[in-house]
Amino acid sequence: MYYIDPHIHMVSRTTDDYETLARMGCVAISEPAFWAGFDRGSVDGFRDYFRQLTEVEPKRAAQFGIKHFTWLCINAKEAENVSLSRDVLAMIPEFLDCDNVLGIGEIGLNKNTKNEATIFQEHVELAVAHNQQILIHTPHLADKYQGTRMILDMLGDHSGVDRSRVLVDHVEEHTVKAVLDAGFWAGMTLYPVTKCTPARAVDIIEMVGAERLCVNSAGDWGPSKPTAVPDLVMEMRRRGHAESLIRKVVYDNPREFFGQSKKFELQDPAQRDGFDV
Amino acid sequence: MDAQQTLDHEFLDIRSRILDVASSLDRIQRADGDVSSDERMKKLRDALQIALSDDPHRAEKIQLLFSREYDEHWKDQFSMPAST
Repeated sequence: MYYIDPHIHMVSRTTDDYETLARMGCVAISEPAFWAGFDRGSVDGFRDYFRQLTEVEPKRAAQFGIKHFTWLCINAKEAENVSLSRDVLAMIPEFLDCDNVLGIGEIGLNKNTKNEATIFQEHVELAVAHNQQILIHTPHLADKYQGTRMILDMLGDHSGVDRSRVLVDHVEEHTVKAVLDAGFWAGMTLYPVTKCTPARAVDIIEMVGAERLCVNSAGDWGPSKPTAVPDLVMEMRRRGHAESLIRKVVYDNPREFFGQSKKFELQDPAQRDGFDV
Repeated sequence: MDAQQTLDHEFLDIRSRILDVASSLDRIQRADGDVSSDERMKKLRDALQIALSDDPHRAEKIQLLFSREYDEHWKDQFSMPAST
């Protein structure tokens, strides 16, 4: 089955991973800007990273027929440095017209601090001012519930936010309903240890439905599995779910969300012209 | 899949994971020192009680058990500027 991975950090993965994703049916990915595993020292470090996301990764992906899209921001962890964050925020518009940039992300909270919340709000202002979609990271483990509620509070306060153009990611059993009930899109991340397993993600789909719900691998430099989305496909098939429902979750939904951006161009593989014999 | 089919598929996996939990608790008990007053041990016991209950939302309840509390007045504490 063809699928889209709506959240994967390919700068941390090998070219072999791109090939494996293509073999598994991946036709497009979106890569939000994130923490590199260390704090960068200057705005130029982010400028180089954004060049990697907008110039280098699309070419690596294209070698295997995968369309690469991206989101730009300073992540929640480095947002604790307000001065650096504001320098990065001022630089982001240089890249917003790049062909593969879908919006601002993955912004959010990490430890739910005042500095993180301040920079989150400033990212939202930037997105609204430039008519950009937003992709949001919610915190890990014990901080997730509190941080998700804080994020929903801040988004709810902002009159300029179009909720249909915002995806709140890394939802789990205790946060998914609040996100969907508030009218946002939600993403489930399939991780081997933290976040969701494929089985729990399918449980959530069965409990809340598949509307405005996406799944991703968030493959990165830590313990993660870039082919986790096909694992979810297998789990849904094992439980007897219809192919149309599986396709909705792994292909139609991310296509609909991303398709709100004029830059998201993706030919349905089933409609692809080619030679016949 | 009905309940019988689900149990048939899940039984060995659940058995294995229960054994992992039990052996982890044995390992802590065998080790030097005493963690009986560690708040995390209480949370683990409370989580196991939730898992043993008939609540249809056990996973959600356990997630909340391990979560920091949300205070709806958090913005006042942070003196956050008004949104637009």
